[in-house]
This record gives sequence, structure tokens and C-alpha cells, in this order.
Amino acid sequence: MRKKLLMASSTSSVITLKINGEKYTLPVDHRTTLLDALRERLDLTGTKKGCDQGQCGACTVLVDGRRTVACLQLAVAAEGREITTVEGLADGDQLHPVQQAFLDLDGFQCGYCTPGQICSAIGVIQEHAAGWPSAVTGDISPEAGPPPLTADEIRERMSGNLCRCGAYVSIVQAVARAAGADADPGTDTATSTAPAAQTKGVVA
Amino acid sequence: MKEFGYQRASDVAGAVAVLGADPDARFLGGGTNLVDLMKTGVERPARLVDIRELPLDEIESTDDGGLRIGATVTNGDLAAHPAIRRRYPVLAQAVLAGASGQLRNMATVGGNLLQRTRCGYFTDITKPCNKRVPGSGCPAVQGEHHNHAILGTSEHCVAVHPSDMGVALTALDAVVHFETADGPGELPLAEFYLPVGDTPHHETALPPGALITGVSLPPAPVAAHSRYRKVRERASYAFAIGSVAAALDIRDGVVRDARLALGAVASRPWRAHAAERVLTGAPAGAETFAAAADAELTAARPLPHNGYKVTLMRNLMVAVLTELAEEAAR
Repeated sequence: MRKKLLMASSTSSVITLKINGEKYTLPVDHRTTLLDALRERLDLTGTKKGCDQGQCGACTVLVDGRRTVACLQLAVAAEGREITTVEGLADGDQLHPVQQAFLDLDGFQCGYCTPGQICSAIGVIQEHAAGWPSAVTGDISPEAGPPPLTADEIRERMSGNLCRCGAYVSIVQAVARAAGADADPGTDTATSTAPAAQTKGVVA
Repeated sequence: MKEFGYQRASDVAGAVAVLGADPDARFLGGGTNLVDLMKTGVERPARLVDIRELPLDEIESTDDGGLRIGATVTNGDLAAHPAIRRRYPVLAQAVLAGASGQLRNMATVGGNLLQRTRCGYFTDITKPCNKRVPGSGCPAVQGEHHNHAILGTSEHCVAVHPSDMGVALTALDAVVHFETADGPGELPLAEFYLPVGDTPHHETALPPGALITGVSLPPAPVAAHSRYRKVRERASYAFAIGSVAAALDIRDGVVRDARLALGAVASRPWRAHAAERVLTGAPAGAETFAAAADAELTAARPLPHNGYKVTLMRNLMVAVLTELAEEAAR
């Protein structure tokens, strides 16, 4: 059971993290971020450290189904929440549809930002399917329904993930394909899309 | 980073009791600003009280026909909420214009209001900064200030408040609700942020140890015709160099009600009262809009490298008001 109130004088705690369906119990200094706990303590090195300041998105993971940056998330504060990293997306040998789309459409070059891009894209598809507008959505009224997932929409929604190689053109195509939108990145006239039915149950 | 204690608050009274007894404790919401500042040593709390499990994550209708937004509602949930998008679109647009999808999923409404300036001298602990170390000086006045304030500044600090959300809330006459060990209280957002003066380190009128519990929006039919526009150095995921939150009620070609607030021009979201006075009762058109913008900006005191903001804000105000007027005419 999770302790509701830890000893206030202590600067470390023994916590249990739920990651990709597994429970991990470990002592952590409170200063440990979720990112460092994943990489340095639990050998889950798929999640990458880029800026470590919340500015690049390389460390994007899903926490309770929502995309977040693990570098600004304290590990101790993540106790009790469902954490999904890139290692938890595939179903055995069957890649997650977003992973498959990145592979099929070359949505990367060096690959360092890719785990974050993929986790972020899963969040984007889920948020869009739930009807969330973005900063480039013309009519944000709830009556208007989800906007077509155009290349502009994908670029705006994915803007928290930087790619120093500049693989953005293929990333936009991969996100569109995984969402079932297949946007042509050269235009912004892609048609509306059904919500992605193929995303796994890792996102609430 | 300095070592710190951590505990989760299970009720509001318990949370404020901890901070009432320990001035070196801080509340932890989404952590997108606080954790970052702890990494750089700007913030050095002895203890964090995690408030994310408090029952403050609802958006509810109020008896007067407005809305009350809980302090731990995430920015993402706020911008997606149907009532916000329908009745206060300027607020949804402002939130969507800020940060990234990941950060909006973490950041809370209360934390957004309390976020600190991104002035490079404030965030660099090797530099003097009156906001961080009172009396140490403000290198920005003579130094790097192209994105700094033009309104309400003092010689002691020219930093800007970075919030987009707060600009919309200021235009909407939002009220901040808080709790202290002595009981609940509230502050209109117009009185929430203190003038800079010679105490830039005193940023808000919140009592020491107070926990923001929510923000209420009074009913505002004018807000149905509102929008937020933000100018930044790249198309997405950057702080504003200038922004405008505006709402206009136009009937028979005359402005009946106007709300206008400006972002990234002052130490706080800036309510444009002078412009509103020119707008209200005047014919809705280019001359009125230009006169309103000029009236607000006569008080501007730009520095050598941010004079462009005066022109930018004038053009931005006129553009947004014109768009709203054209929308009303359709």
C-alpha cells in the first residue's frame, strides 16, 4: 500500500512504480526524476534524455494515459500512477501501429527522439479522438467536433517534440497514417479521420 | 538540487497547515516550472507538499451562471472543456497557445498563475536579479531585454509574466480563491499580482502559505465573442513576445462592451482599461480601434531594445479587434 504521508524529515522514500504493467519497488532520493529512475535505476533506457528541461520532448512517456515529459516529473510523485514507456507499447512481436507507421514511413533519422515522438503521437491521436482542439483549430466550439487531422494540426500538436535531424516531414506522415488520416504533408487539405481504433489500451 | 522532504496532501486543511508551519515548504502541482527551477537552483525548498490528489480537479457551474475551475485542473483539460470552449473561447485559445501538449497535460491552473518569469537573469543564479536576490540589481535594464516589459515597469525589474492563460483570465475578471491556515479567501485577478515598484520579489498578494484552490469566472455574455492572439519567435511552443485577449459586444455598429488584456508586456497580465474606455460606446471601426490601442500605449516606457513591442502591440490590438468586429458583422 502506498503511504499517504511520508516522514517529512526524510529526503528519500521507498516507492513502487507501475511501469508497463509491472511493479517496481525501489528506494529513491526525492530529487530523482521519473526519467532518471527509468534509465539509471530500472534499465528502461528506451526513454531518452535530451534537454532535461522540458523543452525537447525526447523523454515523453504516458502517465495515466496522458503524454508527459518524464524529466520534470519527480519519481516519488509518480507513485501510484500508470506509466507507459516505449518499451511497453508493442504486443509481443506485434509493434504498436504508431511504431509500425514510423518504421514504414521512415519517421526518423538517428532515432534518438523517436521513442518520445512515438509516445507523444499516441497521446496526440488519443487527444484528437477525444475532440480536443489545438492552437491551429479554426472553430474550437464543442459543436464543431474534432477538426480534420491535417498536417498543420499534426505539426502543432507534435510541436513539443524536437528532431535535430529534421525528420519532421516523415514524422507527420507517420502520425497521420497511424491516426488513419494519411495527411499529405505538402497540403493542409487532408480529410477528416475516424478516431484511431487501433491504439492499444495503454491510453485511458 | 538541494535535498527535500516530500509528502502528499490528502486534504486542503492538512496542506495549508504544513506550509503555515514551514516557510521553506512549497506546494507541488504539475511541477513543470517548480521542478525546472529546483534543477537550476533558483528554488531551494526544504519540503514539497504534493497537492495533485486534492479534490480540486473539477470545472463546475456556479450559481451566478459562471464557472469555477479547480486549482489542479490541468491546462490540457481546461482547454478541452466544452463549457470553456463554448462560453469563454478566449481562455481555451490562450491555454492552447501556451507550452506543448505534454506540458499542458502536467501543468495546473493554480501553478500557471504562480509560474515565474523566464527572464534569463532570473533563471541564472550566477547573475544579479532583484526578483531572486532583492537589492542585487537588474542587469536586464542595461542588458538583454528585447523581450522585456514596456508597461508598469520600474528601474528595479523589467521582467514579464509568461502566462497566456492569465491574460485571458484577466480579461474575463476572474477571481482567485485560496485557503490559508486562517481560513478561505479570494482575490480578483486584477489585484492578485502586485505592482513591481521597488519590491519585484513580492509578486502576488496571496498571504504566506496560501494554497490556490480555484479560479472563478463570472458570467460574461461578451466572452462568447472573444479571441486570443499570440505573437512569438517561432510558430509553436514558445513564450509570447506579445499577446492580446479580447472580447467585443457590438450592437448596431456600436461597441457595447469590451474586454482587453495584454500579455508579455508587463510583470503581470495587463488589463487594458484605457483602451476599454475608448472602445465602450464608440462606433466599431478602424479609427476607434487605433485610438483605443494608442490610449493604452501612451503609458509604455520601452527600453532601447524592446521599442518594437509598442508597434507590435498596437497592430495586434487593432488586428484582433478588427477580426472580432468582422465576425460580429457576419
